[in-house]
Amino acid sequence: MSAKMESIVSIKDLWVRRGEHVVLENINLELFAGDFLGIIGPNGGGKSTLLKVMLGLIKPERGEIRLFSLPPAAARSRVGYMPQKTIFDASFPIKVLDVVLMGRYSRKGLMRRYGREDREAALQALQSVGMQDRVLREIGALSGGEQQRVFVARSLVSDPQLLLLDEPTAGVDSAQQKDFYDLLCHLNRDLGIAIVLVSHDVTAISTYVSKIACLNQRLYYHGSRELTGEDIEKAYGCPVEMIAHGTPHRVLREHD
Amino acid sequence: MIDLEFLSYEFMRNALLAGLAAAVLCGVIGIYVILNRIVFISDGIAHAAFGGIGLGYFLGYDPLAFGIGSAVLTAIGIGIVSTRARVSEDTAIGVFMATGMALGIMLLTLSQGYARDLYGYLFGNILAVTRSDVLLILTLTIIILALVFMLYKDFLLLSFDPIYAEAIGLPVQALRLLLLGMVAFSVVILIKIVGIIMVIALLTIPGAISRRHMKGLPAIMAGSIFLGAIFVIIGLLISYELDVPSGATIILTAAACFFLSTVLSR
Repeated sequence: MSAKMESIVSIKDLWVRRGEHVVLENINLELFAGDFLGIIGPNGGGKSTLLKVMLGLIKPERGEIRLFSLPPAAARSRVGYMPQKTIFDASFPIKVLDVVLMGRYSRKGLMRRYGREDREAALQALQSVGMQDRVLREIGALSGGEQQRVFVARSLVSDPQLLLLDEPTAGVDSAQQKDFYDLLCHLNRDLGIAIVLVSHDVTAISTYVSKIACLNQRLYYHGSRELTGEDIEKAYGCPVEMIAHGTPHRVLREHD
Repeated sequence: MIDLEFLSYEFMRNALLAGLAAAVLCGVIGIYVILNRIVFISDGIAHAAFGGIGLGYFLGYDPLAFGIGSAVLTAIGIGIVSTRARVSEDTAIGVFMATGMALGIMLLTLSQGYARDLYGYLFGNILAVTRSDVLLILTLTIIILALVFMLYKDFLLLSFDPIYAEAIGLPVQALRLLLLGMVAFSVVILIKIVGIIMVIALLTIPGAISRRHMKGLPAIMAGSIFLGAIFVIIGLLISYELDVPSGATIILTAAACFFLSTVLSR
């Protein structure tokens, strides 16, 4: 098997239940090196839960999940994560560099201090998101778009092969959103990092990702960039046109 | 010149040592209390400790040790209840707090003849700190400082972004319990100095002022320790010269500085 086809995420017949409520039902997903998967779906459809399963924070009730052929918790040092809008105290006394260093935790573990190698990795990660001249600024002094870049740098600093992004563009204006998606494309194409991007913003996602899935308890996915109208209708429970309207690129096949 | 004659009394030397150790604790732990927004939890732990102090008296053992025990138990209890059960955290704290106080008052009253000590625990009596208290306080201070030094980067991650921290594998729940445990120890030490009712002021005021004027966590901690030490020394001197309660004097000194800093930084 070539390196290009290394299995990054492998999910088989996975179920997650919270109390009586089924959150994820019979999920199957295979991702390989270089993939850029966008997961869309209505709020409460289980998007964040699926990411948490991939991070090993939620144990599935049934089924199997492997990241890099390992259980998720054991693969953490190879995964970068950006949570849904990081909520922090804007006056928290911490510099950009120290925020990015936090991402090295998965390589360090408890008690061990960050060394020169970690600081160099942090500087490099900041460089790759274009924030190299903000290194010593306090995080609260940056704009929303700049903070978001710093959090991407934090998820990159452990040198991951897979990035998990949960609604990364929430609360960022549309000009900065475009820059942000361009940055993700750069990371995916030029650095070869596989990306899973969760969003309810169908329009934005469909322009940039190479594969798309729709999640509402069940995952509608064909390993391609297209979904059938039926998929989306099932997932959202409303007519397709409402969602597909105005997309610059067709997520849906032309109607016959 | 300041008259140093008061240092010739052993109780004043003990008071000063205990006060300075407390300033170091407040400087470090107080910052984490502010950044993690656990001010109310810390206050709850202080009040709950009173139950243990009462039990110590009632059974005839060291009240301070019992106070520490009940404070730690409460800290763990609040930490677990607030994450596991579906009781909102502030409700849980409210219950622990009132129960601890009620138990303390009941048990102290049943152990007759301790009315003066009751007053001391509620409002603080730094002049009653004994040599063995000082030893205990210094030991705890050193242990807590060592823990914070070893886990500095981990507590920073916990304080800044616990959701992300958990996702990348930080043992968030264990660290949170450890932090609450350290708060519990600190709070009981502070009870000796300023009393249960005023503990929270000494824990938070130095950090709150320092945060306005310093940049970076280490500098804020250092500034906070310095301020705490100043408040204790000035409060102690005024209380000695004017023969007024030491706990209230220390807190009033801190509060005056807080308001002054608020006005000046505008």
